[in-house]
Amino acid sequence: MLTTQILYALAGCVLLALGVRGALLHASVLLRIVAINIMGAGVFLLLIAVAYRGPGLAADPVPHALVLTGIVVAVSATALALALARRLQVERDDG
Amino acid sequence: MNSAGLIVFDALLLLSIVGLAWASLATTDVRRSIILFMALGLVLAVAWGRLLAPDVALAEAAIGAGLSGALLLAAAHGQPSPLPPESTNAPRNHGAAGMGMVLRWAITLLCAALAGTLVWALLHAFSNPQHDMLPRAISANLAASGVSNPVTAVLLNFRAYDTLLELAVLLTAVLGTFALGQATPGYRPAGLVFDGLVRWLVPVLILTAGYLLWAGAHAPGGAFQAGATLAAAGVVLRLAGRTRIGLPVGFMLRMIMAAGVGVFLLVGLTLLLLGRPFLGYPPAWAGSLILMIETAAMFSIAATLLLAFLGGQPESTDVNAVANRQREEDPRC
Repeated sequence: MLTTQILYALAGCVLLALGVRGALLHASVLLRIVAINIMGAGVFLLLIAVAYRGPGLAADPVPHALVLTGIVVAVSATALALALARRLQVERDDG
Repeated sequence: MNSAGLIVFDALLLLSIVGLAWASLATTDVRRSIILFMALGLVLAVAWGRLLAPDVALAEAAIGAGLSGALLLAAAHGQPSPLPPESTNAPRNHGAAGMGMVLRWAITLLCAALAGTLVWALLHAFSNPQHDMLPRAISANLAASGVSNPVTAVLLNFRAYDTLLELAVLLTAVLGTFALGQATPGYRPAGLVFDGLVRWLVPVLILTAGYLLWAGAHAPGGAFQAGATLAAAGVVLRLAGRTRIGLPVGFMLRMIMAAGVGVFLLVGLTLLLLGRPFLGYPPAWAGSLILMIETAAMFSIAATLLLAFLGGQPESTDVNAVANRQREEDPRC
């Protein structure tokens, strides 16, 4: 198999695992949201690496479309998570 | 580039990706973590370019690095930095310290096991010959899809249903933020230099969004990249302290938010009435229908992302009065 594909896919696995660890171990909500975003980045890296077919060959467009969708969904989920975090802070300050 | 140079480039790129992710997660300073995450997004955009995914590279640069970072930094504004004491891992007594340490190591080991399992599964998958059924089916049917960029063809034609649902997810997320509170107060008016920059930057961003939308049919680009660029123009205006950032209020705002899903559904249902499958465009019209849906989607995506940056529903009364009142209440802003 292509070495490039494997190397980038491995980096994707590392990012995913680092993100899961960060999301579980950080106490701050914002840092957890960043960690979950890094998890997502790992998944995207994995998918794009799988789509790669080698230099000069067109890559598989289906994972590309999936990742594009994923990036937009990730940013909207992040926005919702941040709104929840802000509300949580307000509730805590009041109570 | 020769292959030796390419290997060095790959090695440097991978090292920076893993290093930046590690550094972003290792720190407990929220701002530092966010800025390292934004840097990671930019390096990832280069990696997408390297792996021949220019559409994803554009989206990552605009959304992953740009807007996500802006959202997170806006949320970190007003957060104490360094963090409150319970979040640093300074334990109260030795027993708790021991437990905490054991837990940290257990979680680290489990995450390593997760990575190991994934790598094993991947290597197993890579050792089999790869299926190329889908890419072949796409290139065989690309001529009938109405566009010549295969990624746009997948997003807006072959898997249009997924994109419709994705726009619904975006709409749901922004309605969720509306339910949780009001928009954050604006920023103070920018200085002369930044204001001058904004005067040039915003029209260029709007023009770029229009180009990306049009180019999406045959080159890297499309509604998502265009929408993100348009939203970036609004974010820049907001950062410069403008109270009018291109968002309508009241009924018009709701129309724009729903336009992406609405036009998509309208096209799908009309086709259904004409006896075609849901979102099964007739090849002769496919190009125009895709452009129509993408235009509506671009405005919806831009409005959604901008509202996400505001953090809630902007007040529908006189915008200037609200901004002034907020400025009086909070002199920092």
